[in-house]
Amino acid sequence: MSTQVGLRGKSWFQAFTGKNSPMAGDPGSVLTADAKLGEDTARFLCVVPNPEARFPCARRGEVGLEESYALAARLREVIEQDKNGKKRPIIALVDVKSQAYGRREETAAIFLATATAADAYASARMKGHPVIALVMGNAISGGFLTHGYQANRILAFDDADVVIHAMHKEAAARITLRTVEELEALGKKIAPLSYDIHDYAKLGLLHTLLHIENPDTPSPTTVSQVQKELIDAIADARAGARDLSNRLNSGGAREMRKAGLLARAHMEDQWANA
Amino acid sequence: MSAATFIPAFVRRQSFIELNARARAQSLMDAGSWRELVGPFERIQSPWLPEQGIAPQSDDGCVVLKGTIGGKPAVVIALEGKFQAGSMGEVSGAKMTAALDLASRDSRNGKKTAAVLLLETGGVRLQEANLGLAVIAEVMASMLALREHAPVITVIAGTVGCFGGMAIAAGLSSYIVMTREARLGLNGPEVIEQESGIEEFDSSDRALIWAINGGEQRVGMGVADELVTDDAQEITAIVRRFVEAGLPLVHRSQQVDLYRARIAALDTSKQIDPLSLRESWNEEKKEGVAR
Repeated sequence: MSTQVGLRGKSWFQAFTGKNSPMAGDPGSVLTADAKLGEDTARFLCVVPNPEARFPCARRGEVGLEESYALAARLREVIEQDKNGKKRPIIALVDVKSQAYGRREETAAIFLATATAADAYASARMKGHPVIALVMGNAISGGFLTHGYQANRILAFDDADVVIHAMHKEAAARITLRTVEELEALGKKIAPLSYDIHDYAKLGLLHTLLHIENPDTPSPTTVSQVQKELIDAIADARAGARDLSNRLNSGGAREMRKAGLLARAHMEDQWANA
Repeated sequence: MSAATFIPAFVRRQSFIELNARARAQSLMDAGSWRELVGPFERIQSPWLPEQGIAPQSDDGCVVLKGTIGGKPAVVIALEGKFQAGSMGEVSGAKMTAALDLASRDSRNGKKTAAVLLLETGGVRLQEANLGLAVIAEVMASMLALREHAPVITVIAGTVGCFGGMAIAAGLSSYIVMTREARLGLNGPEVIEQESGIEEFDSSDRALIWAINGGEQRVGMGVADELVTDDAQEITAIVRRFVEAGLPLVHRSQQVDLYRARIAALDTSKQIDPLSLRESWNEEKKEGVAR
């Protein structure tokens, strides 16, 4: 795992929007800005580490209470502003370590906070905003469920520091009573367990895997390369369904999610007669 | 006086917690109205567990019943806490998502169909890791789609509780019903202790866990709706009431400004006292700020 969680997100946010500070009233960990993207003005959102955060367990790029509510508020703002007009694309730049693991967070119902952000992302998608998640670093567990996983389309950098997973390696090993080495060996055999983005790509959940030269440092060439990919993804999202059916209809899903798709098909068959 | 009069209702009640997922689901539906869909005899089970030397279960720990509740169309989706701690895998997630999507389709076509989720789950099934996380995102999307037309009612009875990604899903419900034994939280105490240290959370402190995650606290602070005793009849009656009530005026997960202001008002220099938080949020509820 990259030790520089969130720094990539910050550099690319700045490259896309020309800004590097939060909007008024938002915590230092949530960057939001509207910027040109092809013919559109898009809203970019990014969660970055904030060593000064009020909540001690949310200072290293985790999605905590303040991050969740700030994301939800900025998304609801876009939905409200565009309710009678063209729906702005929403771009979630994803480089999040995880959700915040703290007692303060649990006491103050972080489950609800994260739900408000996921709700806002999904509501934007259902109302016709193209929602695109661009995973450029870590996208772990509740952090990703809160910030990015409700997107119409998910793009990821093809890079060793990009990790999409349910839990970081050490904790997952501990909980499943394995060593990290055993877990890595299993990941080579069983794609959903793998921490390698190429194995994740096999699951059929990604729209595109992007090879970017030097992903830590955006250059004018790579910025326009990624912008073009985002514009394509926006057009694809606008032309497609507003639900997540594309994830089930993909070639990868047909190959890797046979059991789930079979269960779904049986459910559809039996539903009408029940 | 007959002996029966000395037996309190609490003793005669049918415990809900002691029922397995299938019996829980059955007890909520109108007698004779339901049918189980994609049941255990179809043996659609996890393809990933046997590869890891773990016995799969023929319903993948997810029971789906379609029928009526109080005469209204409903689907009950129950997770079995005794199988892999109710964790979400490829198949259990697909069953839940498909049932929610079909309820949405019927609701859009004029046959409003409520969903009742019985959540006893630790969240992602780590043996199916990335597919587990993906299906939770899909469950959330399907709950939100259904919630535009018909209520999604979550019941957390215990004793597993509802944690991880499925706690986020629970947060999207129209209504949450909990017992005193039930817990609801994003990160379980063991996970917090592992990640942030025992001084942050001592996971052996049972009183602390229930003070924070327990049903009495969650309902008391207004982030869940109804506290019930462990009584199948009482839980059935409450679920029926919520099915009858239909959609709330506003869903809790849409109340961003209210909760954001509450978080801004917290003193974060020390741990937050659960009881004071409950009283403070509850005071606002009485004043009609919260729903």
